[in-house]
Amino acid sequence: MLAEAVTALRSRWSCVDWSIERDSICASISPDDLRAITKYLISQEWRLGTIVATETHGQLELRYCLYATRHPGWVQLVIAPDRMERAVPSLTPVTIAADWFEREIEDLFSVSFAQHPRLGDFVLHDSQWAENAGLMRPGVHTSGDLSEQQREWRPKRVLEEEGAFVMPIGPIFSGDAESALFLLETVGEDVVRAVPRLFYKYRAIEKIAEGRTAADVLLLAERCAGTSAIGNGLAYCRAVERASGVEPPARAHVVRGFVAELERLRHHMTSVREICASTSLTVAASQALWLEEQLLRISGETCGHRYLFGVLAIGGLQHDVDDGALRACVAGAAALSPKIDQLRTALENSSSFLDRIERVGVVGREAARTFELVGPFARAAGVAADMRVIQPYDPYPCVHFDVPTESEGDGYARLRVLFAEMRASLGIMSELCAELAPGATRAPAAIRAGSALGWSEAPRGASVQWVELDDEGVVRRYRLTPPSFRNWHGFHVATEGFAFQDFPIVLATLDLSVAENDR
Amino acid sequence: MSWFIRGLRAGVLTENLPEGQNLPASLTPGLPRRTDFATEQEALEITSLCPTGALRAEERAVHVTSERCVECMRCKPEQDWRRDADWARFADGGPLEGAFTRSIHVRIVDAGDCGSCLSELAQLNGPSYNLHRFGIFITPTPRQADVLLVVGPVTRQMLDPLKLAYEAMPAPKRVLAVGACAASGGVFGPSVMCAAGAADAVPVDLVLPGCPPPPLAIVHALRALCGQERPA
Ligand code: SF4
Ligand code: SF4
Repeated sequence: MLAEAVTALRSRWSCVDWSIERDSICASISPDDLRAITKYLISQEWRLGTIVATETHGQLELRYCLYATRHPGWVQLVIAPDRMERAVPSLTPVTIAADWFEREIEDLFSVSFAQHPRLGDFVLHDSQWAENAGLMRPGVHTSGDLSEQQREWRPKRVLEEEGAFVMPIGPIFSGDAESALFLLETVGEDVVRAVPRLFYKYRAIEKIAEGRTAADVLLLAERCAGTSAIGNGLAYCRAVERASGVEPPARAHVVRGFVAELERLRHHMTSVREICASTSLTVAASQALWLEEQLLRISGETCGHRYLFGVLAIGGLQHDVDDGALRACVAGAAALSPKIDQLRTALENSSSFLDRIERVGVVGREAARTFELVGPFARAAGVAADMRVIQPYDPYPCVHFDVPTESEGDGYARLRVLFAEMRASLGIMSELCAELAPGATRAPAAIRAGSALGWSEAPRGASVQWVELDDEGVVRRYRLTPPSFRNWHGFHVATEGFAFQDFPIVLATLDLSVAENDR
Repeated sequence: MSWFIRGLRAGVLTENLPEGQNLPASLTPGLPRRTDFATEQEALEITSLCPTGALRAEERAVHVTSERCVECMRCKPEQDWRRDADWARFADGGPLEGAFTRSIHVRIVDAGDCGSCLSELAQLNGPSYNLHRFGIFITPTPRQADVLLVVGPVTRQMLDPLKLAYEAMPAPKRVLAVGACAASGGVFGPSVMCAAGAADAVPVDLVLPGCPPPPLAIVHALRALCGQERPA
């Protein structure tokens, strides 16, 4: 399939040197061709995975990574624009999915993009940073007292009606909510639109990863979002393994798949709990919270950590998990399964609950496709994007499972997808458990210089990462594109015209992590 | 069946605080503690496994700086792990006194947490832990809070909101730093965008290590902070 794709590309752009490296079509292209090639690829159902910016000795390089949705394979387009000479052509007019990537690169590498609709205040807040701070550029470190850099920041207003006002929520709000600011524009009862201002929690993981060993960067990958430590950690491990030619043993793949599903199960239970809590359905929320705690304990008993930190290692697993523990885990989770089903049925029969989540926070199929949303969010809108299927990786090719989809794209559809995926994860866990064979769980990690992409289907959707290593096993560039970064981009679509009191519900059903986005 | 009946049917799910030294499943993975090894060499080898410098060898003993431990489990199983829930330690000052012993209100501030510490905090109000029975309540406003509970390493962009929240609280007030991040910066700080924990922004009274600290340890820390029990 990749061969066909490369032939098609060659016939259209014959002066570009297209080559196939393992599962990627790679090419260095001129910035002038970027839009045309991307436009063509997107018309062929390729999707933007990530854009990796790097700067070495003053030379900027942008790597656009797209993945096919009809067959396995990637395209990596590399441009090396001269930033002094002129602005880089923006991809946003071609695909809106590039929008946030470019805003991020503008902030962190001070690259300007021609024809981008809206640059400025994004990762680095304008109230604290000069627009050309370029934090990710080599040699840029921050210093000095922040309070001296305070500058005024005012949100951009969109609504220009009489009586319109902006109601700010955050960055600190509610009981145990993550920090983020929401600007609700309203003329009275209904909110016309809600604009999120994120990155209060920006920890600059990509920056602090530089110069750390590959093994230590795994700690960052896991803790980018602690609630999907395996999801993001696995994508990172796979990137490092592919960059240095390490192949984890078969048993490691099976156990990795197992814990990834265990994490998905627990994560989705958390999301269900948050949805119940947002509608003030206390009994259901408590029951979900109890189920979540049981799953956390099962995770702790199986792998030694409630949130599954420290399970993965580059080359396989840090410690083997014995068969007995895995079987006990399946038994424990299966024993909870009837309770999960009871909760689902009870919720589906509560009309007062359904009234509050039906037709709330609607994101239709068209929007999900144009914004290239991922994970359960996209699947609830009828886009069956799942990296386990479209870009399969071990152990999933030999496991049978369904990717549940719904079509309404509202809060209820998302809830149903969550429940269906929980059931699927339980199935995968018991299937993998039956397949277990004794064997090594960690390949000797002979890390050598190289760079590669790694990806996985984290609980919230596709996690796409890129790593560049030197021969000491030290990370030179780490690029982390977690699913929440993609899905927050679709947040404003879900929040067009809703009632004030529905805000927590919309937020809960979208299942977005601020930590994961902010990195 | 109504939700009310369903709630009653579920019965009492709240657990008593565990007594003694057995490690309940809810406490995994515990925290590493001082361990004596057979040789100095062995102690040094274990120390070198730690990515955050939480382990320090002194002759044959390996000491642990709990605040720095991010529970990566690289020193497991060689190092001894503690099996109780009293992980907190007073950095400064002491518990709240008088009427506060019976009831306190807590404002949580997320200053860059990864989601797990917050997820453990969410468990506190769940059936298993039921924080309310100790008279401890989570409040949405700092104006009513007696305790500021900080999670996360304190990112630059959360520094000002965190300070504002602290200033908005009436005296007497206490600050509890929860998790390795808030205790020491964890895996993230100190670095370009992160401080070395809550103490860089506000005066911290009680430090609770762990990555994340399990709910039971948080319950103990909160009870210690309002003088309901003494930390070990
Ligand atoms: S668990 Fe990890 S961070 Fe903690 S002491 Fe052991 S090696 Fe160090
Ligand atoms: S201490 Fe650990 S679990 Fe808590 S916020 Fe920091 S990284 Fe996450």
